[in-house]
Amino acid sequence: MDNVELLSRIQFAFTIAFHYIYPPLSIGLGVCLVIMEGLYLKTKDKVYEELTRFWVRIFALIFGIGVATGIVMEFEFGTNWATYSRYVGDIFGSALAAEGIFAFALESAFLGILLFGWNKVSPRVHFMATILVALGSIFSALWIVVANSWQQTPSGYRIEGTGMQARAIVTDFWAMVFNPSSVERYSHVLIGALLAGSFLVLSVSAWYILKKKYLVHAEAAFRIALWVAAISALGQLFTGSKSAEVVTKYQPAKLAAMEGHFEKSAPGDMYLIGWVNAKEQKTTGLKIPGGLSFLVHHDVNAPIPGLNSIKPENRPTAVNFVFQTYHLMISIGMLLIGLTLLGLYLLYRKKLFQTRWLMSVFVFSVLLPQIGNQVGWYTAEVGRQPWVVYGLLRTSDALSQAVKAEHVLASLIMFTFIYVMLFVLFLYLLNKKIQHGPDVISDDETSSRMNPSLSSLISE
Amino acid sequence: MDTVLGIDLPTWWFLLIGALISGYGILDGFDLGAGALHLFFRKEQSRRIALNAIGPVWDGNEVWLVIGAGSLFAAFPLVYGTILSVFYLPFMLFLVAIIFRGISIEFRSKEKMKWWHQLWDISYCVSSTVISLLLGLVLGNLIQGIPLNANHEFVGRLRDFFNPYAILIAVTVLSLFMMHGAMYLLMKTEDRLYAKLTIIANNTSKFFILCFMATSMATLIYVPHMTAIFKAYPELFALGIAAVLIVLNIRRSIEKRQYRRGFISSSVTTALLLILFAMGLYPNLVLSNIDPKGSISIYEAASSDGSLRTMLLFAAIGMPLVATYTVFMFWTFRGKVKLEEHSY
Ligand code: HDD
Ligand code: HEM
Ligand code: HEM
Repeated sequence: MDNVELLSRIQFAFTIAFHYIYPPLSIGLGVCLVIMEGLYLKTKDKVYEELTRFWVRIFALIFGIGVATGIVMEFEFGTNWATYSRYVGDIFGSALAAEGIFAFALESAFLGILLFGWNKVSPRVHFMATILVALGSIFSALWIVVANSWQQTPSGYRIEGTGMQARAIVTDFWAMVFNPSSVERYSHVLIGALLAGSFLVLSVSAWYILKKKYLVHAEAAFRIALWVAAISALGQLFTGSKSAEVVTKYQPAKLAAMEGHFEKSAPGDMYLIGWVNAKEQKTTGLKIPGGLSFLVHHDVNAPIPGLNSIKPENRPTAVNFVFQTYHLMISIGMLLIGLTLLGLYLLYRKKLFQTRWLMSVFVFSVLLPQIGNQVGWYTAEVGRQPWVVYGLLRTSDALSQAVKAEHVLASLIMFTFIYVMLFVLFLYLLNKKIQHGPDVISDDETSSRMNPSLSSLISE
Repeated sequence: MDTVLGIDLPTWWFLLIGALISGYGILDGFDLGAGALHLFFRKEQSRRIALNAIGPVWDGNEVWLVIGAGSLFAAFPLVYGTILSVFYLPFMLFLVAIIFRGISIEFRSKEKMKWWHQLWDISYCVSSTVISLLLGLVLGNLIQGIPLNANHEFVGRLRDFFNPYAILIAVTVLSLFMMHGAMYLLMKTEDRLYAKLTIIANNTSKFFILCFMATSMATLIYVPHMTAIFKAYPELFALGIAAVLIVLNIRRSIEKRQYRRGFISSSVTTALLLILFAMGLYPNLVLSNIDPKGSISIYEAASSDGSLRTMLLFAAIGMPLVATYTVFMFWTFRGKVKLEEHSY
């Protein structure tokens, strides 16, 4: 592997992974904002208005960094992956352009009203702006994930030209959009985003509850976010196993790497935790024998093609990495289901907010969906190697011819430096906003002035 | 080849991307210009007003860049890959400036310390200036053509991009944006800041006219292929003359203090200059200055007809929507800026 390739891969992985800290938060938080502001319009309870205003300020901070780092991503396809850009332009470009036209324009136009329009437009129009911003962010995830899914499971195309001149041409637009993995992966990504956003709300609210500050606000927000989180956590298990079925069918090499399965044709095991020794082709760990076969074929003895059934040059190289990230994601998924269901049960028993240890767990839980989202992508993307477009174009053939290694090194160092600084500043300002808390106009903080019928509605 | 309304699809996309880039120049042009002027405002109050004048709209303006680049990727992937990878380092610098600009606007108001404000003010002003200059630098090199061999491979060196002509264009773009930004701010401000801006508008417009004349001369002398088109189609002189008249009109509006009209004129100037460039280029997108076969034409670079047609439909549905949001946004925040609790 030459240096331009290695450095470009590191740079792409680093910049997208950093970008991907923020959009899931804005997508998830956007949905929570719609619920909060909707409840305000419905009940006219000031608490919800104050909550909305508080979370809008945090939303703005997150959104700003998401936009700044997103523009880098769009240009990087051209700067570092020019050959790839030419190869997939017909397909990929339309998705990216659609994203700009249909999603980002909607998002950023109404963001202005969401942030600065409180006194300029009526509450209804403001609410509409909130909904449109949330919708815009949901759409922006749609197009980019469709494009990525096409790279994973190409369809609706034909190849024109050969060698360096080859490129993919769309033959069936809808087959390209609804390629075999896009529905499964988009729903999985979207729910991952809901988890990221709702756990941020849970974490901050739990911290207020522990500190006995802004109790009315914190409890109201916690209830809303807990419902979103619990439904999403269950949904994530469902969409995730759908994704696993798609991988089995279309990307057998990736599936084999995910479970560290080497034998040409033997029943596949499912590991809870484990370690892959790729040299000796051995996977050790705590496993359910035949579990993978059961998941995929509903039969513990059904053979699953392992890595050895695939030509060596077409196998993913970092098998243990794919295995570990995949299992970390699943463990996190199970943990989130357990955590949210326990929360709901205690809420029903009216003991939730008194259970201090659980509140402490929730304070830190914000990291779990973030890690889950990151490692999920690592599984999907590293497991796809050595292909950039699965089965069609190799990553090593996708580079820019005009770019030199020292240029990529320079830009990589620069991005590392800037992103570290950006991240530190982000945490600092986020912390400051959380410390500051909602601006409470209402007189008595602790007396619950929430509409009783409604508070029971969302707690049950 | 497929046509729509008698125009072939690659030409449609050439026009559309031209329109998107002009839209970007006009919209982000004024907020980049406002940013480049930022350090001329001395008082904290003035700086806040200037920031809040673009506060609700700059992100929406920047989306035009995202749509423009996305459309270039979609319609002419070969050109997208070539331009971005050939100008690798300038674009990386551009991205850094975009990041700094976005976060400066966002972070500045988050702390009360004086040094904090000063820090982000400088970062905001420098990044806005750098973005304008880099856009101009790339444009300047594209006007002259870049060294591409017959296989469209780049055979030049990075430092050749910093030639006098390209630098002249870079400065011209900066002066245009500064003037444009001053005019926008004049529509949004009152009292002392307004008074200060009248002087700034006056000076920047003189500076721009100077650059404009220098650029016109330099183009006529040093970039023969741009003038060839005038020889082939003499009626195009009308466009050139229109550009000159509109530039003069900017001066007149400033003298008469009709800043809305001045703003419209500087918008039209931005568009006209890009149209002149596009005319000189068509049907090519990138010119090679060493081998005519190295130039990339729209037909060579275009995506498949099917894709171009689908996207034209997207654009026909989407662009009116984008235009509607843009108008709605500017309408909501019309009038002079008033600072409020949630202002920057
Ligand atoms: C639509 C396209 C797209 C999208 C939405 C993503 N990626 Fe990706 N990713 C690519 C398109 C891509 C790519 C351009 O195709 C890369 C560059 C080199 C490669 O092999 O694939 C890639 C590589 C790549 C790698 C390096 C793999 C390797 O070199 O071994 C990592 C770790 C990620 N990505 C991680 C992510 C994360 C965390 C994402 C979350 C948003 C993400 N990707 C979304
Ligand atoms: C390589 C792939 C990606 C590219 C090229 C990309 C591009 C961009 C761009 C250009 C912006 C700024 C838009 C603006 O100016 O308003 C942006 C922001 C955003 N992106 Fe990405 N993006 C990528 C991956 C993703 C993924 C995987 C998701 C979600 C699942 C996503 C969701 C968003 C959202 C919601 C925003 C709005 C800002 C925010 O919410 O923080 N993007 N992206
Ligand atoms: C609960 C059990 C889960 C299962 C069975 C599961 C399964 C999967 C599978 C098989 C993939 C690979 C898809 C591909 O390569 O095409 C994947 C990817 C991914 N997972 Fe999960 N997952 C689970 C939980 C989670 C959780 C909790 C999160 C985050 C909060 C998450 C976030 C992601 C993301 C962001 C991706 C990459 C995008 C994609 O390929 O869809 N997953 N998941």
